[in-house]
Amino acid sequence: MSEDVIKAEGLTKVFNGRLIAVDHINFSVKHGEIFGFLGPNGAGKTTTINMLITLLRPTEGRASILGSDIAKENVEVRNSIGLVPQEYTADEDLTGYENMLLCADLYGIPRTVSKKRAIDLLNLVELADFKDKLVQTYSGGMRRRLELSCGLINRPKVLFLDEPTLGLDVQTRVATWNYVRMLKKEFGMTLFMTTHYLEEADALCDRIAIIDHGKIMVIGTPEELKASLGGDIIKLAIQDGADITGLVKKINHVVDVKKENDAYLIRAENGEVTAPLIIEALRREGHVVTRLSLSKPTLNEVYLQYTGKSMRDFEELGSRHGSEDDI
Amino acid sequence: MSENENEQVSKNRLHGLWALTNRDLKKWYKAPIVFLLTILQPIVWMGLLGKSLNLGAIFSLAQIPHVAFNPPLTLAQLGQLSSAINGLSASIMRNTFGVTDYFSFIAMGLVSLATLFTASFSGMSVVWDRRTGFLSKALSTPVSKSLIILSKVLSAALRSVFQAGIVVVVAIVFGLKFGTNFTAFSILGVFAVVFLIAMGLSSIFITINLRATRIETPQAVLTLFTLPIIFASNAFFPINLMPSWLQIIANVNPLSYTTDAVRRLMIFSNGIGKFPFSLPFDFAYVGIFAAVATTIGVVLSWRFLNK
Repeated sequence: MSEDVIKAEGLTKVFNGRLIAVDHINFSVKHGEIFGFLGPNGAGKTTTINMLITLLRPTEGRASILGSDIAKENVEVRNSIGLVPQEYTADEDLTGYENMLLCADLYGIPRTVSKKRAIDLLNLVELADFKDKLVQTYSGGMRRRLELSCGLINRPKVLFLDEPTLGLDVQTRVATWNYVRMLKKEFGMTLFMTTHYLEEADALCDRIAIIDHGKIMVIGTPEELKASLGGDIIKLAIQDGADITGLVKKINHVVDVKKENDAYLIRAENGEVTAPLIIEALRREGHVVTRLSLSKPTLNEVYLQYTGKSMRDFEELGSRHGSEDDI
Repeated sequence: MSENENEQVSKNRLHGLWALTNRDLKKWYKAPIVFLLTILQPIVWMGLLGKSLNLGAIFSLAQIPHVAFNPPLTLAQLGQLSSAINGLSASIMRNTFGVTDYFSFIAMGLVSLATLFTASFSGMSVVWDRRTGFLSKALSTPVSKSLIILSKVLSAALRSVFQAGIVVVVAIVFGLKFGTNFTAFSILGVFAVVFLIAMGLSSIFITINLRATRIETPQAVLTLFTLPIIFASNAFFPINLMPSWLQIIANVNPLSYTTDAVRRLMIFSNGIGKFPFSLPFDFAYVGIFAAVATTIGVVLSWRFLNK
């Protein structure tokens, strides 16, 4: 058996013969990996998931899960996967426990097995105390956890999470991430998730595919993607109005320098080490540094670069940096 | 998953069908108010429609305008006239409705009405499941689309049987006059024919709403079709007194055969010549309708029941 748990080749979905939602994408997900599909709304993330979980038929191309073709062997595929959908799909008129048993029934799991498993899973997501309460009384975070445990009832080898933290507050979101990490550790599952939260992809995913307009723009680990931008950004201002561009460019590790109004934007590798070098070099030439900030590239920049939702200018990037550490 | 569990799973193909059916039923029997309303509904209908539309009272001496007899009738003559009118009235009623009281006639028509309403709501349940996301969850499990549809059909049929039982009990309390052929088994026959017609009707309402995404669609379908279906049947009025164009529709309408079967089982006596066909024919007609409608629903669901 190959190591690829999910494999997509030229996977394409065209709606109504016109709208190309997913456009010949190729990717593979390895065993035990958390693979993230990152992209803006309408990029084709959910359409891809729906094809992989056999809810939609691909227009072109093929994909397989654990070697089973998604178009031809959909019962095999459905038996080996779990789904945590974007919406809350649990039945509000039933209790959490009844919902779990219903999910189990849909997989044909006998009650003798499912009763115990439902309790175990509700314990896992800390809902055991509320198992006999109607789902309509649950909070958003509790419902999300219930969805998660429903998705695990058939002990899936691959779990699909479609925007698992959409609309959740920060605390619940972080708690959900912890559950996802725990699942991966405890069950050795392969996870495929979509999100449009960059920090979520950064925090959870082993590898990320950035998707836009139905096409995969880039695939890599979060670190690789960040590194592909070419270094950190140092923003500094000096007291006098002299042009220091040439001077700074000569310093080791500095990649690029640009002047923006009164400040300079310097792109450099290993910013923590380079910044003191720049200050030192400037002082030697008699320039006084009045202001300096250093920012590491975030997935934000990678994302914006590949989805083209912003100017790709260096200046623009500098001013949009997310996490600025002032020195 | 251990090998042992895998084996158990493969044996349970119908497991999912009952789980989904029971889910729909739970929404009804576990909600006390909804359940109470379903029981109240036939009582209200019976009280309003069944008792107020007292067609039998039209054909009585009291309704005949006073004619000045010359010479005036003796008491004996008046008595003769009265019994003649009563006899005439009973014979008119029997020839028109098959029974001497209109209440028994319409009470059994209400069995069809209750079934039609219960079945028509199954279309809403499909749209509701789609809106809440439950449908897409169910579709991503190994349960087949056919079973999802069949569970809706089955739950509508079981609810209808329960409702029919309530209607029959209420009717008996309100003074239903049984036919000479009535036995306890007749009630089982009523349940059987109601089960079949509910399967067929709910399949149709589900099929119409297979692709609907708005809850207004099944509501509009329900409003448009239910009353015409009931009035173009023998539920309230005999077919042979209808205008000929309506007779054609009523003679095709499976609800007419359902109502006829229910009346034959419960209130008609032998020797009713006015009504076409027979009990076996009624059952065959409704049974074939149920089979065809359910098959169409299941086959179309393979293609059209999507997220």
